[in-house]
Amino acid sequence: MRVLWPLPALALCVVLPWVPGVPVFWVTLLNYIGISAIVVIGLVVLTGIGGMTSFGQASFVGFGAYTTAILSTQYAVSPWLALAAAIAVSAVAALLIGAITLRLSGHYLALGTLAWGVSLYYTFANLDFFGRNDGISRIPPLDVFGTKLIDGRLYFTVIWVGVVLACLATGNLLDSRAGRAIRALRGGALAAASFGVDTLRARMLAFVYAAMLAAFAGWLYAHMQRSVNPTPFGLNASIEYLFMAVVGGAAHVPGALLGAGLVTIVNDRLQDILPKLFGAQGSFETIVFGAILVAVLQAAPEGVWPHLARIRLQRHRVRPDAPPLPVRAPAPRGTPILEVAGLHKTFGGLTAVNNIAFSVAAGEIVGLIGPNGAGKSTTFNLLTGVTAPSAGSVRFAGQPLIGLPARTIARLGIARTFQHVKLVASMSVIENVAIGAHLRGHASALDGLLRLDRAEEARLFAEAARQLARVGLADAADRPATSLALGQQRIVEIARALCLDPVLLLLDEPAAGLRHNEKAELATLLRRLREEGVAILLVEHDMDFVMNLTDRLVVMDFGTKLAEGPAETVRNDPAVIEAYLGSVA
Amino acid sequence: MKILEIDAVSVAYGGIPAVTGISLSVEAGSIVTVIGPNGAGKSTLLNAIMGVLPAGGVIRFQGQPIGGTNIEARVQAGMSLVPERRELFATMSVEDNLRLGGFRFRADGHAAAARELERIFSLFPRLKERRRQEAGTLSGGERQMLAMGRALMARPRLLMLDEPSLGLAPLIVRDIFHTITELRGTGVAILLVEQNARAALQVADRGYVLETGRVTLEGDSATLAADHRIVEMYLGQVRG
Amino acid sequence: MDATILLILVQDGVVNGAIYALLALSLVLVFAVTRVIFIPQGEFVAYGALTYAALDTGQLPGSVWLLCGLGLAACVCGLWQQRRTLTAGATTRLVLQTVVLPAAITALAAFVAPRKPGVLIEALLALAIVTPMAPYLYRVAFQALAEASVLVLLIAAVGVHLAMVGLGLVFFGPEGSRATGFSDAVLSFGALTVQGQALWIVGLTVVLMGALYGFFEFTLFGKALRATAVNRLGARLVGIATAQSGVIAFTLAGAIGALSGVLIAPLTTVYYDTGFLVGLKGFTAAIIGGLASYPAAALAAILVGIVESFSSFWASAFKEVIVFTVIIPVLLWRSLRSTAVEEDE
Repeated sequence: MRVLWPLPALALCVVLPWVPGVPVFWVTLLNYIGISAIVVIGLVVLTGIGGMTSFGQASFVGFGAYTTAILSTQYAVSPWLALAAAIAVSAVAALLIGAITLRLSGHYLALGTLAWGVSLYYTFANLDFFGRNDGISRIPPLDVFGTKLIDGRLYFTVIWVGVVLACLATGNLLDSRAGRAIRALRGGALAAASFGVDTLRARMLAFVYAAMLAAFAGWLYAHMQRSVNPTPFGLNASIEYLFMAVVGGAAHVPGALLGAGLVTIVNDRLQDILPKLFGAQGSFETIVFGAILVAVLQAAPEGVWPHLARIRLQRHRVRPDAPPLPVRAPAPRGTPILEVAGLHKTFGGLTAVNNIAFSVAAGEIVGLIGPNGAGKSTTFNLLTGVTAPSAGSVRFAGQPLIGLPARTIARLGIARTFQHVKLVASMSVIENVAIGAHLRGHASALDGLLRLDRAEEARLFAEAARQLARVGLADAADRPATSLALGQQRIVEIARALCLDPVLLLLDEPAAGLRHNEKAELATLLRRLREEGVAILLVEHDMDFVMNLTDRLVVMDFGTKLAEGPAETVRNDPAVIEAYLGSVA
Repeated sequence: MKILEIDAVSVAYGGIPAVTGISLSVEAGSIVTVIGPNGAGKSTLLNAIMGVLPAGGVIRFQGQPIGGTNIEARVQAGMSLVPERRELFATMSVEDNLRLGGFRFRADGHAAAARELERIFSLFPRLKERRRQEAGTLSGGERQMLAMGRALMARPRLLMLDEPSLGLAPLIVRDIFHTITELRGTGVAILLVEQNARAALQVADRGYVLETGRVTLEGDSATLAADHRIVEMYLGQVRG
Repeated sequence: MDATILLILVQDGVVNGAIYALLALSLVLVFAVTRVIFIPQGEFVAYGALTYAALDTGQLPGSVWLLCGLGLAACVCGLWQQRRTLTAGATTRLVLQTVVLPAAITALAAFVAPRKPGVLIEALLALAIVTPMAPYLYRVAFQALAEASVLVLLIAAVGVHLAMVGLGLVFFGPEGSRATGFSDAVLSFGALTVQGQALWIVGLTVVLMGALYGFFEFTLFGKALRATAVNRLGARLVGIATAQSGVIAFTLAGAIGALSGVLIAPLTTVYYDTGFLVGLKGFTAAIIGGLASYPAAALAAILVGIVESFSSFWASAFKEVIVFTVIIPVLLWRSLRSTAVEEDE
């Protein structure tokens, strides 16, 4: 079904404008809708899925339009060649602007785009090269086998074939290794980075991709209007594109089409009706437009599309016969994997972790326990590179770990789960798990766009399915990740960590929220991993769970190590009993 | 007279229940504690009573149902919460933190505010020494004192304390609990959520034990303190 | 370029920079308290200038009708939002604030305007007309979104901006206006001549900054606003209502915007859509200051003003391009300083 919809859609692109009774006026309107939709599809990837707001998208449309306008009028370059140039110029501009702004957090990025959107507008409007405020006219029409596409009904086909291609390419991209990296940004940059996703690169990819789609739309616009001037590439146009995305449903590709359609039609109607109601003076459509924007945000912040269509996640057909991914050679049991010495952390004069030392070897399970506020989570964050220690050393297989970014730590073979579950709500369970195997795939974004990554994808998903089956959640593969109970979401995180093919597994409260039999199953799984030579460190509150599972326990209280040793010894230690039951006031 | 009565209160995060069907009550001027292991839902319960989290069920304060009102209205009615994370105004001075604690009596004028401030300083002399210091630079124990002082500035009828001993050294825990018993004499009712079960049961009149979102035991403190199940709950089932 | 031109350019830059500094301060204030990036700030500048200009010519400004309309809308929204918890006292307060107040201001303006009471009264009246629109806008557009993300609030702010530009055209018309200054004195200090209006602007800016400092440092309401900015939940737990802080922050922002408008009206011709670019320069300054630090934002604003006056001397067509490009090295510096991608809220 997924593969077949483009065919009737393409046929419609050719036939629709010639159906008797379809007024030319509607064809023109649909042409504008199509061009906007292409820009908005880019915004869906950038804003709705990648979480970056751009108030400068119209300037990328401008890059595309001006590139083709200049090349085809002044240098007589064929418009079809100019298309490649338009997209390339826009992509390079996006790379430059992105390099400056993409490391910044959400609203700085948005304001940055606002500022350069305004500067670019004034650049277009003031340079002779761009024809100043008058712009560039006499742009040649597109030409197909000698037929000039001047008639709007012919041009309709070009635009809407473009829309179909943009939808297809975007769908392919989102359903690839690179696309999952973009979607993973929504689960928090930290979670994505912990599985080796280069978050900056993923953001850049979304940004450049959106800019390229915008340039494509600009090229279509230039050859439809046959002239360009700065106005349609200013801030107001950028806002209108963003508005379309928000109205339609910023996280969904069909929402882009819906939003472009609704906003364009309503705008057109308003321009017709309002002057009749209120007289000619005044731009009433902006007033109504602004008011509707605010009202939509208040009433349906996720847009119209999710209300129309029940969002169904795509089912992933797993091919169990796909060749398995290569695995690391396991470390011999007993090899020291994690060695912590003299670890110390103070926050503004408060000592959270005080001179902690312990080690974990291959094929060993070590539990880190202690009452609330004892410093376990801080220790965990120090080990995973989330916070920097004030003093001390952490070594992984002899190599110093402190100062390495989360991404590099993942590459070494350290996988983790989170105390506060970090799964991507808009992705299915198996897609979330597949993020864990990110480093074991190599397909590029282009491979994904062109579907050259299918063999590798099959292997990644077969691995994800295997790990899901291993943790006992094979049946949940296609459910939305956040529809599971919290305890099961923790288990999904373990499956995701296993997809990394880890040497060391760091688990933050894996048993919290599990029922009794689920805990028993988890313990069985962890024991099996131990047999395979994986080193496991777990932070846990459930004493019953750790007592029966771990080889050794490290007990913390007030940031210091209170006791260390086999479970039985620790359990009978009076200091430990005191720490857990509390001191006498 | 019951100052707080809650009946069948439930809270869920995104469809997943965190506490279910909790009923408890607090008599005016008494200390009631809710103990239980980590993740049992103790903080969730306090946040629901304060209006920080939306909750199902009935919550009555001084006989009035307050389920639909917001946090500010509950403060105005005479409830105060000292949250687990303290939520101090870190870049403002100790004194400003306290003065803002009395925000609901802003119409009473300077003299009244100064009197209240002195009352808090007599309860926590350490805070007076540090009155010009920024709240963010205080030690853990001082932060807890400031959080309690700020809550008391609102002259609440019900003071809710969320893990006041969290991360504090034993000596300071003792001070804090000493202050809690001192407050009993001033007529404020206290609902105390604690992981330090022994200390909590020692100061409280009544206790409730919360496990995985439900009340599993309740009774007067002395009885609970003697119950062998409390020991098991913290150290795991002892297998024979 | 000789020393005289240099001095004139610096003076121009400082005067404009003072206005940008005021706007930057109120943007930082509104953002810190409500997390709204207050794009419509510029419209308050334009409304303030055009209202003052209309009063200056003895006319009743069109903005009084806008004030009444927004007040009514705020009243309806307020009643709807509090429909479950409404008391007689709260209803009376709401009606007083949103219906009676604008009606009274309108009546006053209708009475005073034709009598041409002089620039100071006119300026105060213009402030009285424009300022209350800001808290009304807060109630109508932002209060219901108080828990939304910064980005949703930003998009909503853009929506409000669009609507206000459109309303500006309706109520003020497409023609620009220029008003009488507070002072037409011209002072000479050696080679430097200084206009009285410039001194008014810089002087009032300094006074206002001092007043704001006093408000935040010494009054309980000022401290309550700071507390909301520092710790939202903490503020609610002591009974400081988010909505109340939002109303106060917006009121201040509205007043600052309107005052900036009154101050620039004698210097330049203001149109209904002039405010946006002025506001955006306040923004540039606020962003350079990191949306957090008041002194940094104020200094950055002076810098923006000076960059603007120099670039309008050397490359006037590219004035805006240069001013908005100043932001890019700053963003670059910030991005190189931050070691990791910051988490979104």
